[in-house]
Amino acid sequence: MMLPCLCMGQTCQGISADVPTSPLLLPRPEGLYCPAGDFYIDPVRPVVKALITHAHSDHARAGHGAVMATAQTLDLMAIRYGEDFTGTRQIAEGLQRIGDVTVSFHPAGHVLGSAQIAVTHKDMGTTVVTGDYSRIPNPACAPFEPVPCDILVTEATFALPVFRHPDPLAEIRRLLASVAAFPERAHMVGAYALGKAQRIIMLLREAGWVDPIYIHGALERLCAYHIEQGIPLGDLRPATMERNRKAEFAGQIILAPPSAFAATWAQRFPDPVICFASGWMQVRARARQRGVELPLVISDHVDWPDLTRTITQIDPRETWVTHGREDALIRWCQMEGRVARPLRLLGYEEEAD
Amino acid sequence: MRAFADLLERLAFTPQRNGKITHLKRFFAQTPDPARGLALAALTGDLGLRTVTSSLLRGLVTERIDGELFALSYDFVGDLAETIALIWPAATTSQDLALPDLVEELRRTQKSELPALIAARLDSMPSSERYAYLKLATGGLRVGVSARLARVALAQYGDLPLTEVEEIWHGLTPPYANLFAWAEGGEKPASAALAPFRPVMLSTATDARALETLHPGDFAAEWKWDGIRVQAVCDQGTRRLYSRTGEDISQAFPDLLDVLDFDGVIDGELLVRRGEDVAPFGDLQKRLGRKSVSAKLRDSHPAALRAYDLLLWQGEDLRAQPFDTRRAALEAAIASLRAPRIDISPLLHFENWQDLADLRADPPGAVIEGVMLKRRDSPYLAGRIKGPWFKWKRDPMIIDAVLLYAQRGHGKRSGFYSDFTFGVWDEAGHLVPVGKAYFGFTDEELKALDRFVRNNTTETFGPVRAVRPTKVVEVAFEGLNRSPRHKSGVAMRFPRISRIRDDKPAAEADHLQTLLDMLP
Repeated sequence: MMLPCLCMGQTCQGISADVPTSPLLLPRPEGLYCPAGDFYIDPVRPVVKALITHAHSDHARAGHGAVMATAQTLDLMAIRYGEDFTGTRQIAEGLQRIGDVTVSFHPAGHVLGSAQIAVTHKDMGTTVVTGDYSRIPNPACAPFEPVPCDILVTEATFALPVFRHPDPLAEIRRLLASVAAFPERAHMVGAYALGKAQRIIMLLREAGWVDPIYIHGALERLCAYHIEQGIPLGDLRPATMERNRKAEFAGQIILAPPSAFAATWAQRFPDPVICFASGWMQVRARARQRGVELPLVISDHVDWPDLTRTITQIDPRETWVTHGREDALIRWCQMEGRVARPLRLLGYEEEAD
Repeated sequence: MRAFADLLERLAFTPQRNGKITHLKRFFAQTPDPARGLALAALTGDLGLRTVTSSLLRGLVTERIDGELFALSYDFVGDLAETIALIWPAATTSQDLALPDLVEELRRTQKSELPALIAARLDSMPSSERYAYLKLATGGLRVGVSARLARVALAQYGDLPLTEVEEIWHGLTPPYANLFAWAEGGEKPASAALAPFRPVMLSTATDARALETLHPGDFAAEWKWDGIRVQAVCDQGTRRLYSRTGEDISQAFPDLLDVLDFDGVIDGELLVRRGEDVAPFGDLQKRLGRKSVSAKLRDSHPAALRAYDLLLWQGEDLRAQPFDTRRAALEAAIASLRAPRIDISPLLHFENWQDLADLRADPPGAVIEGVMLKRRDSPYLAGRIKGPWFKWKRDPMIIDAVLLYAQRGHGKRSGFYSDFTFGVWDEAGHLVPVGKAYFGFTDEELKALDRFVRNNTTETFGPVRAVRPTKVVEVAFEGLNRSPRHKSGVAMRFPRISRIRDDKPAAEADHLQTLLDMLP
């Protein structure tokens, strides 16, 4: 059964009447709101009280009155936005009472510090907001923990049956094979600065690459924080150089955020092989549009099999589907006889991976 | 199959020509016969498996996946073979099936049995192999490698002269074991096919100053026609029309093939000609690249051959003869044909280079690109050799246009905005895009243009940046066609940025009418 979106016309079209009158969570332009606790989860605009699932910039923004998140997410927000990113902050530990609800944070397996947020009300049961999550083991974070709930609010970034992420280590071996095949060229890997970049470094180490890995300046502090948190990344060096010493980067691996490829920064490396590590790289046209020569299908989101498996495993009474390709997941829920509705929250990057 | 799938993957993501050649050479070196030959045939379009339709594939997939989920996925991915390759239920067993076996069974299997066969094969392959298999089965490879590029790679692999590979190509059949044997030091295969392609003789560019050192009396001159170079071959009843790279384009020109009633090889220009009037290149373009041609199009755009050389005639190979001898034979041959759709490219009369310069400056029709000079004593030699044949092209057309959009380049140009869209003013005072250029400038100019783009971006659309319309560039191009597909109604041929006009404000860039007035 498909239910209408909960936003009641505030952020999307296509509404009818059978919306619960006082749901535990409901969408507002600022983000997902909990009236009983008077807080938002991952709001996209500054609010009085925010609970943050993880530190990616479309979920964690600066300027809230108070933020509750895992200790690592709070640290990462401070690194990204400065110490004054919020009025007050609170580390999420155990069960916390907020107004008429209790909240708890559970590992999401997405990036360092990432969590799902469970919200419980004595009459309205438990709703779990997954944030972004992954079920592929990642040494930087605890594995995703299925939390029993009445309503599951799930992400849907890769919610199409064409998305089946391959073994990330096999993808890294393709990168190493290319480095071996083109020793005169530099391999430049585009990877988002928080999470993906460190994941690539760990996979490279796991695959036996012991040489230095060169990193763009935008990755330095985030990599240093991972190391502080006990995640070994090996020999990292800044990808800076004196003029006209291009040749020294031949045969090397350089990591940079995808935005760096659009900047003059990429011009300094010798005939670079442009690689990009993302779940989107599964689709050829996406890779070609970005000018990617070596697409690496490495994602920190659930793919279609893991997404549907998770819903089956948790078996919620309702599934609410947010940012991504909700149509296909709702169709799947219908076919499985599950109750599902789209939750069209604005402001999240549908393509960040 | 794994190696072939891997090759397709690499080719798809390698934008540079040399990179593609490197991948192909490596594949030829590492893959045994007959798999490499079948792969080569798949790339050149000579494999001849065209039985699997997209409706068959859709039927197969929607038996396994919900139709709506498939439709949503196809809509996102945009390519049928790729969508099916990705969405097909994961293989339980994966074995590396041999490419030759897969080709053979596709060839052998009856149409009614095909769905079951394809499903069984897809069931046993990982996704990238499913993709390669589906591309193979549907015949539409479209992996960014032309037939010619595949042959260039093969020639480079064996250090063989490309012209010789092209000459024998049409006499060879997949899996080309004899060709690979030759590439690896064996005997050159003998071409057994009727009406094979003979590598053509090409010219080099010249100009007034270079001509001063040459004696006008040593050369014959003709108009350089703005059609496409073709070779018309008749051999014991087999008739073929080849492009200058040896592609068989007979299918697109049945009207011309009908009148090729001789025994020999004629070199000439393919044109659309109505009576005595040669139509602009754009008219010919409508007839190119077709698998079949309607009677209506044949009537409205009739093909013709304008002959300018004779390679073989009635069993005699004339290629070693000097130009004057071949020309005399050509004139006699064309006269004997009495075929109105085949005429001869006339020789131009000139006493000195100034006479020729005057002719070049004022040709009798717009469908002339300049003049050709051919040494009277030169034999017909394959390839582009400097000396015997020269082209003296008319000066390029030039306009001043304003940069509108820029896109980044690949490989050595990674990180540089090097592909530029430019526009001119229309009557309403708007800039309308008229073309795209990605060469013509020096490395220094590229750096300056790149800097300009970065500092003047007004909007980004994915990889494309719109820039503030202030930069004027001089664009040189070789010709202009009418084009309903372009908003401006015109399409340029070989546009390049010949100069950066920092001296000129955007308001003084050219108007669309100036371009329209240049149309033939």
